[in-house]
Amino acid sequence: MKIRLLDIAHGRSGDKGDAANVGIIAYDDRGYNIIKKELTAENVKKYFEGICLGKVERFELPNLRALNFLLHNTLGGGGTVSLKHDAQGKTLAAALLKMEIEIQEI
Amino acid sequence: MKEKIKIASGQGFWGDLIDAPYHQVTKGDIDYLVMDYLAEVTMSILQKQKNKNPELGYAKDIPELMRRILPIITSKNIKVITNGGGVNPVACAKAVMKVAKELDIKNLKIGVVLGDDIKDQIDELVKNGAPLNNMETDEPICTVSDKILSANVYFGAFPIVEALQKGADIIITGRTTDTGLTLAPMIYEFGWRNTDYNLLSAGTVAGHILECGAQSSGGNFLGDWQAIPNMAEIGFPIAEAYPNGDVIITKHQNTGGRVSFETVAEQLLYEIGDPKSYITPDCVADFTSIKLEDLGNDRVKMYDVKGFSETKFYKVSCSYSDGFSAVSTLTYSWPQALTKARVADEILRKRLANLLLQFDEIRTEFVGYNSTHGPLAKELNENDINEIMLRVAVRSHDYKSVERFGKEIAPLILTGPPAVTGFAGGRPKPSEVVAYWPALISKKLVNPIIEIMEL
Repeated sequence: MKIRLLDIAHGRSGDKGDAANVGIIAYDDRGYNIIKKELTAENVKKYFEGICLGKVERFELPNLRALNFLLHNTLGGGGTVSLKHDAQGKTLAAALLKMEIEIQEI
Repeated sequence: MKEKIKIASGQGFWGDLIDAPYHQVTKGDIDYLVMDYLAEVTMSILQKQKNKNPELGYAKDIPELMRRILPIITSKNIKVITNGGGVNPVACAKAVMKVAKELDIKNLKIGVVLGDDIKDQIDELVKNGAPLNNMETDEPICTVSDKILSANVYFGAFPIVEALQKGADIIITGRTTDTGLTLAPMIYEFGWRNTDYNLLSAGTVAGHILECGAQSSGGNFLGDWQAIPNMAEIGFPIAEAYPNGDVIITKHQNTGGRVSFETVAEQLLYEIGDPKSYITPDCVADFTSIKLEDLGNDRVKMYDVKGFSETKFYKVSCSYSDGFSAVSTLTYSWPQALTKARVADEILRKRLANLLLQFDEIRTEFVGYNSTHGPLAKELNENDINEIMLRVAVRSHDYKSVERFGKEIAPLILTGPPAVTGFAGGRPKPSEVVAYWPALISKKLVNPIIEIMEL
């Protein structure tokens, strides 16, 4: 069945220079296993096509059931130079949580 | 040694809830109030203010806040630590002293941490072997040195610890790391050594949780945000710290908001890079080691934090002038709101091109459609759209081009698509673009200076 990431995880995003950081946190261990499998750096890079113009780095924080992504070359030059309405990438965690994924029935 | 200390966050940035520090010192018992006022852009704004008036260059909210809280903090013995001194911590301390005198406060000691401002020493430092190359591009700093607006070294907790050891009740610093403000009282009260890396990392993580104010106590929470109680009277976070490095994150009772595993975890993930190496001047904290236990009742225990020795470098943040920008908006209504906004954008771009103006970038976004998620936005059924705000922003090193852009927006109302409104603000004025130059500098080349003022 199809679920949205928003159903199993929450998160927060912000800026690190011209890179955006997107932290995704699963509500439970099962959710963490799903995001660990589905949210590969490659999948996230593909999802943010046209937004993230650089590479995507992925880091795991198992104690928090969380993944952290660094989306390089994403914010139009960074905080104060960027002309973007969302120059600090504050809404990118919500954008990623909109992703639909296929999981096995419980 | 105290069994525990309570450190309360009073501001997440300059512009945060004005009354938050007042509530922190009145709605319950705390030992320390810490306030982070500095973002990168803030330093350049403060430097411009100081250039105009040498008595300015700090967060002007501080003296007014002190007028409200000085009688309370002196009677309750609460110490205040803030980096709101900006580029002129001495002037900030003097302004606070003036308020204290007016209030007839006795026996007040203010510690000032200086030495972070290296704007006037850049050439000398480069000569002495500090390359100050851009950390991201490796370009040498001479490429921007004639355009530099501010240059500051990030100091950590230890200069604040020294001020506390000298008996300071209030400590005002320039560019100190946000995390150092919270870590310093733990080092001072619990006698932690500068090699106790796990303990220093625990205090640093607590600082990260506190540094954005209510973002760890229910604000900007992407979970079940509608269930967060009483956000109107949201309580700012408090770190209840223990000598062994355990920290309980909580907030005052009878305040709004929520402190839970989820609200704290979201803040832990905020603006971090590689979680194994969260670098500060005091230590390198390993965020993957952090354990959280939700104790219920708005209390979350953080424990088992690990970390490593500090690096040999301080981070330097320089700001420099990098051209001009302007932003303008117009709102188009149903029917065909999005199409109208798109056509207006095409007309505007054609006119700008006909004028032979020079832009580094022209960016168009449609607020109500794609201004947050860009190309991820799905095409909408136009009949369902009530309105769209056209937002056009430009950036250029040519001031005149940006200025002329500002004069081309209002004409679209009478010479473009219909049912348009929302140009009440007048022509947008070009504003200076401030860019950042992150660099590293050997710790041997700069030294913090601690001054004590007494009343």
